[in-house]
Amino acid sequence: MGLESKLPNGILLTNVEKMVNYTRSTSLWPATFGLACCAIEMMTTGAPRHDMARFGMEVFRASPRQADLMIVAGRVSNKMAPVLRRIYDQMSDPKWVLSMGVCATSGGMFNNYALVQGVDHVVPVDMYVPGCPPRPEMLLDGILKLHEKIQNETFAEQRAKA
Amino acid sequence: MELPPVLVTTLTFVILALLVWVLLSRTVLGRGFSVPLRNMFRPVETSQYPEKPRPVAPRFHGRHQLNRYADGLEKCIGCELCAWACPADAIYVQGADNTVEARYSPGERYAEDYQINYNRCILCGLCIEACPTRALTMTHEYEFSADQRSKLVYTKDQLIAGVPPGGDETPHTDRQVKERGLNYYGGLAVTPPTLHGGTYRPAGAAPASRAAQVVPTGDLPISDEQPTDPATVGGPTRRDPGRDR
Repeated sequence: MGLESKLPNGILLTNVEKMVNYTRSTSLWPATFGLACCAIEMMTTGAPRHDMARFGMEVFRASPRQADLMIVAGRVSNKMAPVLRRIYDQMSDPKWVLSMGVCATSGGMFNNYALVQGVDHVVPVDMYVPGCPPRPEMLLDGILKLHEKIQNETFAEQRAKA
Repeated sequence: MELPPVLVTTLTFVILALLVWVLLSRTVLGRGFSVPLRNMFRPVETSQYPEKPRPVAPRFHGRHQLNRYADGLEKCIGCELCAWACPADAIYVQGADNTVEARYSPGERYAEDYQINYNRCILCGLCIEACPTRALTMTHEYEFSADQRSKLVYTKDQLIAGVPPGGDETPHTDRQVKERGLNYYGGLAVTPPTLHGGTYRPAGAAPASRAAQVVPTGDLPISDEQPTDPATVGGPTRRDPGRDR
């Protein structure tokens, strides 16, 4: 996206941004990355009852290269942190991270030496979903708020993040 | 031999129906396809979440709420039992003394600051069990994801319930409380008697008719425990028609 650096602030780019952000937010493919019990709720969210496919994100990609969104579902142990960071690095830009559940958000009730006290020590997080584990509706709520956030992003912000 | 046309039609139908039945129930292919065929006529299981959220269970553990009495006084007495019970250390309570001029709760103390950190809270409900005055209960609200961790630390003004109709916003003065004549906690020692200028009557010496003398029932402090929540308002919890087996 080198265009906007050469142009003055224009109507053209605002509309392009809107369109691109719309397409990005409506087909957000998550990476398969369940770490603990939250992953069970994440799978339920993909299952027919809650049906994430309604929001264009039913395909949990097994390869991080094909994924836009990393749902960190569960506690991140110190041993898992470098792996998590590597998977994040392997995802292609633009990419987003959703921290699902209190363990991923802050370590939750596990305030001990084995766990990373918040996944934002390792990767930048765009949305925090509380709960232990969050019920599928809570995850969907976080995802929908993330969609909204993506739709209001600018290219410059996105590039600064990458 | 010429058969009557009615018989021919009936026979054709019977033979066709038999063929379909044999195909669907006696062949591997038909048995397999009969499952999606059957399910095409069942009600859809998918919940249309953001538009039509399904009601949660009546005792669902959602976001907390700090309750008030009917007159607007806060139920929380700042005892910190919830913070002690919390397995995740998610609750912070800072108590302070009620004064004659500024009374927030019945009794000596109230919660000056009350914070629940939803980055840590696992919504287990142990704080609710620990609360001696039912000041802390849980609502059915669960949509509180945020894009910053600081937004998930809820302070007292976010947690406290609204003032019930007819009540006043805290702080009250002791004079107001006395004029109202409310006697909390079943007439046991409520506020330090010196504050009211009254006499302290020990619980053991209380007359048997204490319950009657406490407060007229209409004015009894009632709790605001019914969660006001769109998921529950409007009738009892709807049961899933497909689940009534």
